[in-house]
Amino acid sequence: MTPFDKAQGGPRDFPVIFDFSVPGRVGSSYPNPDVPDTPLEQLIPASQLRKEPAALPEVSELDVVRHYTRLSHRNFSIDEGFYPLGSCTMKYNPKIHEDAARLAGFARLHPYAPAEGAQGALRLICELEELLAEISGMDRVTFQPAAGAHGELTGLLMIRAYFETRGERRTKVIVPDSAHGTNPATAAMVGYQVVTVKSDARGNMDVRALREVMDGSVAAIMLTNPNTLGLFEEPILDVEEIVHHAGGQLYLDGANFNAVLGVTRPGDQGFDVMHMNLHKTFTTPHGGGGPGAGAVGVKAHLAPFLPVPVVERDGERFRLDDQRPQSIGKIRAFYGNFGNLVRAYAYIRSMGADGLRQVAETAVLNANYLLARLRSRFDLPYDRLCKHEFVLSGARQKRQHGVATRDMAKRMLDYGFHAPTIYFPLIVEEAIMIEPTETESKRTLDEFADAMLAIAREAQDDPEVVKTAPHSTPVKRLDEVRAARQPDLRWRAR
Amino acid sequence: MTPRGRGGNVTTGVERRTQHKYIPATDAEREEMLRTIGAASVEELFADIPSRVRLDRPLRLPPALSDPELMAQLRAMADANVHSDRAVCFLGAGAYDHYVPSVVWHLAGRGEFLTAYTPYQAELMQGELQAGYEYQSMLCEITGMGVANASMYDGASAAAEAAVMAKDLTGRGEVLVSTAVHPEYRQVIRTYTAPLGLRVTEIPYRHGLTDLDAVARALSPRTAAIIIQHPNFFGCLEDGAACAELAHRAGALLVCAVAEPLSLGILEPPGAWGADIVAGEGQPLGNHLNFGGPYLGMLAARQEFVRRIPGRLVGATVDAEGRRGFVLTLQTREQHIRREKASSNICTNEALLALAAAIYMASLGKAGFRKVSELNLRKAAYAREAIREIPKFGLAFEAPTFNEFVVRTPLAPEEINRRLLAAGILGGAPLGRWYPELSDAWLVCVTEQRTKAEIDRLVALLEGLR
Repeated sequence: MTPFDKAQGGPRDFPVIFDFSVPGRVGSSYPNPDVPDTPLEQLIPASQLRKEPAALPEVSELDVVRHYTRLSHRNFSIDEGFYPLGSCTMKYNPKIHEDAARLAGFARLHPYAPAEGAQGALRLICELEELLAEISGMDRVTFQPAAGAHGELTGLLMIRAYFETRGERRTKVIVPDSAHGTNPATAAMVGYQVVTVKSDARGNMDVRALREVMDGSVAAIMLTNPNTLGLFEEPILDVEEIVHHAGGQLYLDGANFNAVLGVTRPGDQGFDVMHMNLHKTFTTPHGGGGPGAGAVGVKAHLAPFLPVPVVERDGERFRLDDQRPQSIGKIRAFYGNFGNLVRAYAYIRSMGADGLRQVAETAVLNANYLLARLRSRFDLPYDRLCKHEFVLSGARQKRQHGVATRDMAKRMLDYGFHAPTIYFPLIVEEAIMIEPTETESKRTLDEFADAMLAIAREAQDDPEVVKTAPHSTPVKRLDEVRAARQPDLRWRAR
Repeated sequence: MTPRGRGGNVTTGVERRTQHKYIPATDAEREEMLRTIGAASVEELFADIPSRVRLDRPLRLPPALSDPELMAQLRAMADANVHSDRAVCFLGAGAYDHYVPSVVWHLAGRGEFLTAYTPYQAELMQGELQAGYEYQSMLCEITGMGVANASMYDGASAAAEAAVMAKDLTGRGEVLVSTAVHPEYRQVIRTYTAPLGLRVTEIPYRHGLTDLDAVARALSPRTAAIIIQHPNFFGCLEDGAACAELAHRAGALLVCAVAEPLSLGILEPPGAWGADIVAGEGQPLGNHLNFGGPYLGMLAARQEFVRRIPGRLVGATVDAEGRRGFVLTLQTREQHIRREKASSNICTNEALLALAAAIYMASLGKAGFRKVSELNLRKAAYAREAIREIPKFGLAFEAPTFNEFVVRTPLAPEEINRRLLAAGILGGAPLGRWYPELSDAWLVCVTEQRTKAEIDRLVALLEGLR
């Protein structure tokens, strides 16, 4: 596999768009003004007029097309190959969703269009809320958060408002030591003290440790289930009982929802609030890091605190309601990443109940299959049935051959695969976290397993080739220390 | 593939009804994989889920749709909306109807960009990373700032993060926010800052501009920042330099929100008149209206604040052979390293929209960026002067404006909009919902998309209102 032939920079630096700039060249076409040519100074004060034009590149349209097309060849995507990034659910992003989101009636709709001129969009939001409420077992869903972490912020703010309304002062949030970094970061943003609880030997939340820290000062526990080890939290009902008994709330980080669609619903597990990464489970494309969409579902007791506005249905008419006095307010402008709501809606409607259950079953089957194929050559710190992902350890390779997980990940790139998530969760030494998703074929899984096993052999027989990887990418291993010590964050004319 | 009935394959427990095009595994492959795992059925793989929380029924969802059925349904929903290709749009207020050159989404929509993740494996993701670096560079150029991040969620949340950043930089506990800042931005600033104990004090406007006397009175040694918007929510041009001077004299920062970055083609950039942080909305830079999202949060700051800026930063470095390459850098600010001590919890951002913005800015180029900006200014000025002349109409404020202005109307603006919509025009934003004292005020936006003929038609319709 040689994905980079066309994109190889060769011995020279690959140019930046500014390198193509030639004074006087243009890349766009706009009409001349059809209104009077009043001198600009009569329209705005001379002191406000821009003195130096912004030094944007002066390039032709073809320069732009060629440059960004070539940059696209220097990228790796699901469209090109297998992307087993654990915790990221890199499943196929259907093309029909792109066509749907780009229909003029959605893409060119102004957020302040009057409700009578936005009935189709409001219907879509309302119906998506109904679909996700059923899928998650929650009562209401807001779409305002732009991403998972933004959803966490929304959820914790609602929990905070809930306790304020009840006149309770709670100051702590519990997170397991396997939690995503966003969980403690969010708790801190909402002014909570973070209490970390360790995982037990099976990779579950340690129930005894939880009992010790749980009291009336704890506002919430933030759990991921299946957790970031890819394991279902077996004592979930004990956790639920302990937290609710002490008056706390259960927050679910829904990053791993893909594993249990149609099998178990977070609402039925006792969660009071959860976020769903529509860009993971519901396959809106990641876009190289965003846009995402972090829908947040809540049980009825938290619904008064949802961000404004919410979409309400009056029969077949839909309206925005922002007269909600207990609302936490807004966490971004307008209503959320609507374009991604169109995609998620299209996905759920095309899968149906049976299709979504097949998603979970196949994601779990694929993960357990890969695990079965790899387990002999890598350490497996938690040897259990996994759900949609699993975590290996490269400790053996590090200890025996001096080959770190980072090196093996870089070597994966030479085999034409994206690397798994590495060094996360933090509780596993030299962690390698693999999530195949349901959209990959057995053939792809086998090719990937063969590559992993080949790299394990290389680590033993030819460690240098692994330690100096990657060898076939557009650039060789990059100097991250230099990037941080001498930050060069923008191009400047030399 | 022959669809099987429920329970159709007793030997393996592989129990499926239809083969779906997004799920390649066939029954035969499932059986083979189960054998490798050593499990008798897929059901066994879920044995760790307590039966009490299992769903014992199928999800209650509408039946699955085939592609043609799905597209027909979505088209019907889209067609129920009055969008800006169908109606002539004079609506702005934080979301702008600009022309998006064809190249922008032909390129940004390529699967290689669209279906990539955050560039954690830099060697494999030079395209995304380099585009991020180019975006940061161009954003610095248009704002006149020293450093820009790779994107935030939207303009409102970027403004809120800027407020928190000012608190961290100054160690002070209050921000002064002009009421001429977008009302939704102000709401978001309040939501973000309340749990941190950061006090938000609103500063009134006078004649459409932030009241600088009120700013001077409100400034104190507790003030972390003054937050203004420029052009402000009413479309008026603030005296940013005076605000910066007031802020700096009090040891505070000036945060400038920019909801309409195309104004920067013609206006002196915030970096030139002393803004410390620029937080804004990048939707106008090549991104569609999308009923309010996805949009692009822009965040730029003075160079010396680089280690306090939230979100992802792309930096240039070299590879093992000395060639230039790009990586995500200064990550010790971020949640996945610092956890509860991070500068923000942000993880996923709006990378694809930043890429689109970079392509847009490169396409327009130095001359085009100025030209589009000038078109907005001139067309809006023409419309403003024409509407001012209509009997019983008038301008609410006399301050200079960019592509939006506030009109006092003889009829309720909501009523005017109803009548205009019947004539195929999407009217301006009625301001009464945010400003009770402006219940007869209407915020009109005129971008480069509007022709003189469309403006004249709007004016004629307004003249004919009874």
